[in-house]
Amino acid sequence: MGTLTLYMQYIVNGLTLGSIYSLIALGYTMVYGILKFINFAHGDILMVGAFIGLLIYNGLTGGEAADPGAWTLLSFFIAMIASMAFCALLGMVIERVAYKPLRNANRLAPLLSAIGVSFILSNGAAWIFGTQSRRFPYPFENEPIHIGSITVTPHQIVIVVVSVVMMFLLTFFVNRTRMGKAMRAASLDQATSQLMGINVNRVISLTFAIGSALAAVGGILASFDFRVYPSMGTMTGLKAFVAAVIGGIGNIQGAMLGGVLLGILEAVGAPLLHIPNGMKDTVAFAVLIVVLLVKPEGILGKNEREKV
Amino acid sequence: MLNFFQLILIYAGIYALMAIGQNCITGYTGMLSLCHAGFLCIGSYATAIMCKTFGFSFWLSLPVAAIASGLVGLLIGIPTLRLKGDYLCIATLGLGEIIRNVATNLNPVGYNSVPRANLFGYEFASRNKLSFIILIWAFVLVFYILFQQLAHSRLGRAMIAVREDEVAAQSNGINVTKYKISSFVLGAAVGGIAGCLQTAYTLTVQPGSFTFMVSVMVLCTVVLGGMGNGKAVILGAFIIQFISYFPQLTGLTNIIPAQAKQIIYGLLLIVMMLWRPQGLLGRDKFRYGDPRTRKERLVSFFVRGKAKGGRA
Repeated sequence: MGTLTLYMQYIVNGLTLGSIYSLIALGYTMVYGILKFINFAHGDILMVGAFIGLLIYNGLTGGEAADPGAWTLLSFFIAMIASMAFCALLGMVIERVAYKPLRNANRLAPLLSAIGVSFILSNGAAWIFGTQSRRFPYPFENEPIHIGSITVTPHQIVIVVVSVVMMFLLTFFVNRTRMGKAMRAASLDQATSQLMGINVNRVISLTFAIGSALAAVGGILASFDFRVYPSMGTMTGLKAFVAAVIGGIGNIQGAMLGGVLLGILEAVGAPLLHIPNGMKDTVAFAVLIVVLLVKPEGILGKNEREKV
Repeated sequence: MLNFFQLILIYAGIYALMAIGQNCITGYTGMLSLCHAGFLCIGSYATAIMCKTFGFSFWLSLPVAAIASGLVGLLIGIPTLRLKGDYLCIATLGLGEIIRNVATNLNPVGYNSVPRANLFGYEFASRNKLSFIILIWAFVLVFYILFQQLAHSRLGRAMIAVREDEVAAQSNGINVTKYKISSFVLGAAVGGIAGCLQTAYTLTVQPGSFTFMVSVMVLCTVVLGGMGNGKAVILGAFIIQFISYFPQLTGLTNIIPAQAKQIIYGLLLIVMMLWRPQGLLGRDKFRYGDPRTRKERLVSFFVRGKAKGGRA
């Protein structure tokens, strides 16, 4: 295989990884856009989503033993929707209990509270489900497809297609609906939008719900590649945060772009620079620090000056 | 039972040291850093490499551990400390993970049977816990006094000014970046010393033990006691270690799941933020314009009767 096709293959892999990052990054960026606060527990909501999805899928199909067919595909989508609903609810509850009372507190307070939530979720999952990692069975035949000398597996196609559909739906919701308009207004100026009759509390709840539902999808898609285990959310969530920062935190298009970019950078950068497999995660953080130093507002973000 | 109390004392001491470092970063200067596990890791590795690979004594490895982790703190501090609040938190978290990653790649199995520490012919053996309790708490006392003094010094006042209002501090001629970095390096160095002491006690170093969990425990210690309050941080270390060893103390290890303590730490963080964000003991009150000299204050710290006089 020539070097060029090899890198084409890396880019295809990066694109798959990147679309997962994008989905998760959307949750970070939406919450940041409105509350100017990083939802630290977002990565663990992803993990809860993956677990719920796996449990429902296994319950419906009987797990690994099931032959891929129409029913497994259908139950995969049922599991995904149920897990989205559960995580949306979870996100709203977390916001109400742990973040809402701290909205006017010191900036450190909600962050610490979020670390607490993240700790409870990941360790609670370890308690309930055990620490061993589980495989998410493919709900369809996963025979690799060869296009020229590039190999694409159906699960990669599913990941990209589902992500694109989700991002399209989100863009439509934010740009074309009444609630989306309220969301954009609240992220511009909370006090003024409240004066215009927007129920900001409901908008914030909704933001958490949508972000968490997208995280659940991201978690289920990620578990094809990474397996499901209680601490799966930490690294994936962190990288998605990096993606959100690259694209410009607070900017929805930025999160999508940043995710794909980070995925490709990681998939291409590690072999290009001969970084050993165990050090792969370092790439994302090196990128984060470089971006924060060179262009802290990200690719699509606006440069906000601090007001005294 | 007594065994576990001794273990609590030893680990409370190690965590109190780390928390003193974290307190310097988070309590004094107001930076939320989450990589104390990384500094502990560097301290432990430095000690293990110094003692085992090169055969130096424990006492020589102590300053090396402090300098090594202080240096790493400086290296990662210069780029990251320009970030604020949330960004800093995530960047340091990532750096903590990178340190662990590098350590794992350096030596995936860690080090076993590190030579014991030795003081004037007396050998610190792991089964003689009392000697370790004395050794570790002597260090805690020294660093407690040092950092208490730091808080009242010019350097400490500048750090606190940075915490209270960065812009105001800057407009008063305080070089914010300089004080942030010095606070970070000092905190990191103390973390390294804690790592060194831990290695002297356990005599093994495993890269798997320096997880994010440790950083959160240290942060929880500081938040629980009270950010910026030296005594409170030590109290916090006791409470955290008590929770950690509660199942063994009561003999309920079969009933209480292993994750219970982590869940309690998480709950503690949320509950403290909701109801008592200043911590159990609250913030130390800094007495500006104290007319006493540093020596008089040091004396009044130990001698209770004198503490009343001269306070502004």
